[in-house]
Amino acid sequence: MSLRARLVVERPAFRLDADLDVAAGEVIALLGPNGAGKTTALRALAGLTPLTAGSIELDGRPVHTLPAERRPVGVVFQDYLLFPHLSALENVAFGPRCHGVPRAEARRTAAALLERVGLAGHASAKPRQLSGGQAQRVALARALAVRPRLLLLDEPLAALDAHTRLEIRSGLRRHLADFDGATVLVTHDPLDAMVLADRLVVIEGGAVVQRGTSAEVARRPRTDYVARLVGLNLYRGTADGPEARVGDVVFSVTQRLHGPVFVAFSPAAVALYRSRPDGSPRNLWRGRIDGIERYGDNIRVHLEGPITASADVTPAAVADLDLSPGQEIWAAVKAAETHAYPA
Amino acid sequence: MTTSPTPVRGRARGPEPAGVPGRPPWPLLVPALAGIAFLVLPLAGLLVRAPWSTLPQRLAEPQVLQALRLSLVTATVATGVCLLLGVPLAWLLARTDFPGRRLLRALITVPLVLPPVVGGVALLLVLGRRGLVGQWLESAFGISLPFTTAGVVVAEAFVAMPFLVISVEGALRAADPRFEEAAATLGASRWTVFRRVTLPLIAPGVLAGAVLCWARALGEFGATITFAGNFPGSTQTMPLAVYLALETDPEAAVVLSLVLLAVSVLILAGLRERWVNRVGG
Repeated sequence: MSLRARLVVERPAFRLDADLDVAAGEVIALLGPNGAGKTTALRALAGLTPLTAGSIELDGRPVHTLPAERRPVGVVFQDYLLFPHLSALENVAFGPRCHGVPRAEARRTAAALLERVGLAGHASAKPRQLSGGQAQRVALARALAVRPRLLLLDEPLAALDAHTRLEIRSGLRRHLADFDGATVLVTHDPLDAMVLADRLVVIEGGAVVQRGTSAEVARRPRTDYVARLVGLNLYRGTADGPEARVGDVVFSVTQRLHGPVFVAFSPAAVALYRSRPDGSPRNLWRGRIDGIERYGDNIRVHLEGPITASADVTPAAVADLDLSPGQEIWAAVKAAETHAYPA
Repeated sequence: MTTSPTPVRGRARGPEPAGVPGRPPWPLLVPALAGIAFLVLPLAGLLVRAPWSTLPQRLAEPQVLQALRLSLVTATVATGVCLLLGVPLAWLLARTDFPGRRLLRALITVPLVLPPVVGGVALLLVLGRRGLVGQWLESAFGISLPFTTAGVVVAEAFVAMPFLVISVEGALRAADPRFEEAAATLGASRWTVFRRVTLPLIAPGVLAGAVLCWARALGEFGATITFAGNFPGSTQTMPLAVYLALETDPEAAVVLSLVLLAVSVLILAGLRERWVNRVGG
């Protein structure tokens, strides 16, 4: 492991307690809602927020006793924080200069890095003359210029508009793949996390609630927050062989489990009926429409009732069923698309 | 001076008037116009009563040039002293926390409200020949400050430094400390951070503070005459010369006042121009 850390930061009414292990060359994303402690974790790793307890080891060396300026860590801040009075080149050369590299050599290093991020032509530009995407790349070059063993990125794409984001995201992915140290990325955007990171660590309320590859997290969410992120309906229930009971609703599930389980299904797997459909009473419940909104090409219907669920139906179905908020409706979900996994 | 001693930030000043459009109500308009008259009329009076025909000869008089030169030199040196001591002091107040910081801040701003004559007396008691520090300065180094040009600089710096400290401290508090954090993650020591990041970021505030400080030093009267006396050539600055001339030769006082006014306006206008360029460019 390149980075091995246990971060404990205590503040009035907040406690962060998270373990992180990141291999050299690996990218992990800290994913979580606002106020979950993602940025606090990042600041603790960088040495900008002191640890209450715990430790940080980089390549087997403890670094949590070192001040920020002595840690082999590079940070890309959320709004980049490029020094406004220095040119792009001087911003990138700043780190090497602080490490005692002679001016000419620092500028050569900086120029090479700017070239690598495709900004060789903007070396003399001041930060305010750069677009958001360009500033992001200068910030990345500046962080890499100190040859860090740990690269930290705080919401690296949050300040960009949707179009730029797409382009910068793929560029960033390439640069992160080239970086041989450990990378920790903080984001609240699941797409950024899944595209950029090898593994996800989900933080809620200062604690790690789930970790795994993006595929694992997307398929088997373990909290409502993660389920919402990946767009699944998620419930806690009790399984007994082919059945899982969630409150009063009984689901047929593909997995055979016993005891407490999570039950998850996609909103697209839910079908709505005006009158009770014939057949099995399983996977079927009667709910009330709480809200209807547009969702891509489809319509998302929010249901209240014995369980709260989202259903994605076509606009045609909304017209046929004459759906409106407050209406009572039957909802059914296909057994083959209902997944259960141990809680 | 129209510049207030509050923090001046590197933003364009004089924004669009805010509030409800329409004619200003007379309870505000009348006192405002009276205020303008009160501030502008005396300056206009100075211009009206100036002996324009004999002005060139009077300006060339050695006493005038001597006093002007002394004023410019001492105000500039005093501003230099204030920058050297005041900027680090402002940094200490804005960026560190220690017991008694608030008390210290209050003490530092005392010269702002203290009558300058009292300041001069206080300086005499400490730095005078029999003063607490002055006695030792004289016996150990043979340095005597009162009634010397250096004494003028001391008096001016004492009165003017709080303007600089408050201005720079305000700029420091307004500057985003996250730039300093970014510099630290790049390996910069606190001194490097200050020199290469903080100082450039607060440069407009430092400049504004220096201008205030210089203007205050240039106009200093009470502390100077008390601590440094009124010797032509060595301690008689322009304000002192104006006051003295008023008793013997009122026309000369008008000329000297005009010169001071012109110098102040010139410096202020020049700096404002640079400010505008800084913000716009």
